[in-house]
Amino acid sequence: MGKTLAEKIWADHIVRQHEGEPDLIYIDLHLIHEVTSPQAFDGLRLANRKVRRPDLTIATEDHNVPTLNIDKPIADPVSKLQVDTLRKNCEEFGVRLHSLGDVEQGIVHVVGPQLGITQPGMTIVCGDSHTSTHGAFGALAFGIGTSEVEHVLATQTLPLVRPKTMAINVEGKLKPGVTSKDIILAIIAKIGTGGGQGYVLEYRGSAIRALSMESRMTVCNMSIEAGARAGLIAPDEITFEYLKSKPHAPKGADWDAAVSYWKTLQSDSDAKFDVEISLNADDLEPFVTWGTNPGQGLPLNSKVPNPAEISDAEERGAAERALTYMGLVAGTPLKEIKVDTIFLGSCTNGRIEDLRSAADVLKGKRISKEVRMLVVPGSARVRLQAESEGLDKVFLDAGAEWRTAGCSMCLGMNPDQLAVGERSASTSNRNFEGRQGKGGRTHLVSPLVAAATAIRGTLSSPADL
Amino acid sequence: MEKYLSHTGSVLPLRRSNVDTDQIIPAVYLKRVTKSGFEDGLFGAWRNDPEFVLNKPEFAGATILVAGVDFGTGSSREHAVWALQNYGFKVVLSSRFADIFRGNSQKAGLLTVVIDQSEIEAIWSAVEADPKTQVKVDLEAKTVAYGSKSIPFAIDDYTRWRLMEGLDDIGLTLKNIDSVSSFEESRPSFKPKTLPALS
Repeated sequence: MGKTLAEKIWADHIVRQHEGEPDLIYIDLHLIHEVTSPQAFDGLRLANRKVRRPDLTIATEDHNVPTLNIDKPIADPVSKLQVDTLRKNCEEFGVRLHSLGDVEQGIVHVVGPQLGITQPGMTIVCGDSHTSTHGAFGALAFGIGTSEVEHVLATQTLPLVRPKTMAINVEGKLKPGVTSKDIILAIIAKIGTGGGQGYVLEYRGSAIRALSMESRMTVCNMSIEAGARAGLIAPDEITFEYLKSKPHAPKGADWDAAVSYWKTLQSDSDAKFDVEISLNADDLEPFVTWGTNPGQGLPLNSKVPNPAEISDAEERGAAERALTYMGLVAGTPLKEIKVDTIFLGSCTNGRIEDLRSAADVLKGKRISKEVRMLVVPGSARVRLQAESEGLDKVFLDAGAEWRTAGCSMCLGMNPDQLAVGERSASTSNRNFEGRQGKGGRTHLVSPLVAAATAIRGTLSSPADL
Repeated sequence: MEKYLSHTGSVLPLRRSNVDTDQIIPAVYLKRVTKSGFEDGLFGAWRNDPEFVLNKPEFAGATILVAGVDFGTGSSREHAVWALQNYGFKVVLSSRFADIFRGNSQKAGLLTVVIDQSEIEAIWSAVEADPKTQVKVDLEAKTVAYGSKSIPFAIDDYTRWRLMEGLDDIGLTLKNIDSVSSFEESRPSFKPKTLPALS
């Protein structure tokens, strides 16, 4: 019987296999940031261990860096301590670090792909659950905890139990104004936040094949929001073309060898997935979340659901709690929900194509007087690219704020936070209670919906303008 | 890591499903560079509410958290495990855990046990009726027991053995480090390296 893509990558990385034990899996790339690494480096120090492969490890500062005045010292002393600790650790253990102010600094999942160190067929880990982003290249990429970070630093391997595989077939053609963000929000709404638990998801079908690399990253990024540690897409010409010009892409004979290997990275036609589900891309509409988990989403033309009509008791209870927290009344059209904050950025939607698509909507227009809009590029390079295309001017002329790179308001570890009761339309990945600031309320949307909402002040798509 | 054989204690009944790691410990509390001191941030957003179950005096001193389905979803932060441990929890029971949280807990020595939702509800009812109810979670016998009830649970033999012996995962892997070295010799040359830095 044939193998799925995930099974092939797994098989190519088994260092040791022993009955009754997890497989020992080799890790091709370990990405590091300031929040989940300090205790891991400390563990190495205590045990007198080294980083086994500094040449397969790279660090960046992203989670709690400010996005204003980055030439000044970080004001929050606790954030500063964490960033300083990363700098000291990287220096001591010989790890490459891109610090605030460096042209390669940015969100770890934006930096890997833009450097070209994210490639098909690799195993990639990071102490961050959105590591699934790199699956867009046909890599097996997943988030790990700090104990595992320490394990990878010390051994470049992880003991892992092989996950099951789920095929998600998305066939058809997206309507104008519908994006890959809407695909993934619709998938999560369909299978639920626990639906992918224990699986690696493989996104397949004509609608996925038609997506650009950056749009594919948006899809894979949110695999974890469906409960799956990893999600991936088989590499193809779009992948190879994207990689070819990147600094760390293989060169010369290595490139040819790599491409011929990469071309084998497809699920075999007779491979059997543990589960298969399908979604029709033709029917999709712009999607938005109304609740406090990413599975609580609906097409933008819908109304806030009535919990009384939900038969499952757990789901009904969760919906009631969500509506209370979100301050919403059942039956209200989603398009009548007023927001005060727009966040455009994050590892989900902070890439150049995301900024371009939002700028297209905003060009020559002003955002509503009642909203503030933060535009936070995913990396310093994305920011420079946007400025070279004049996108910064479009955002500033529209009345938005143009910031420097980082995770920013996606999780509000830096000063970019919602205040109690504030409501955002956010291109990020989590609408959990308090995620963007204590008491803040989040609606997850695509960059197009974010831009249209900024103009109208209520949840909207460009078609409403 | 401490050896884990069995634990007996009282229960905190957390009647909520889908408790993500942002709720277990909000991001603003993640800035420490140690593994201790996270107890103040545990369930940070809910702690201000005097009605929140963690604040109820009858459940003070509970060491076993019994939570709704899909506990620990979202962010990979192991700080969620440390916060529970720092606060004094030794075991978490739920009918389903998120993968990364479960992995983290097993590495850090917080026992996570899966039992049916109907059993979770029965424990909630029992401890709400009598908060002093003592529950024994026995890893050796693979049972959760209270009153006259004994509920079997499944856990893979490898994880169970590692927890019962208190073994450090890294130490176990380092015993086989030769196999890592020989694997490295067979890696193709086109695989990328981060050093030297190219841009």
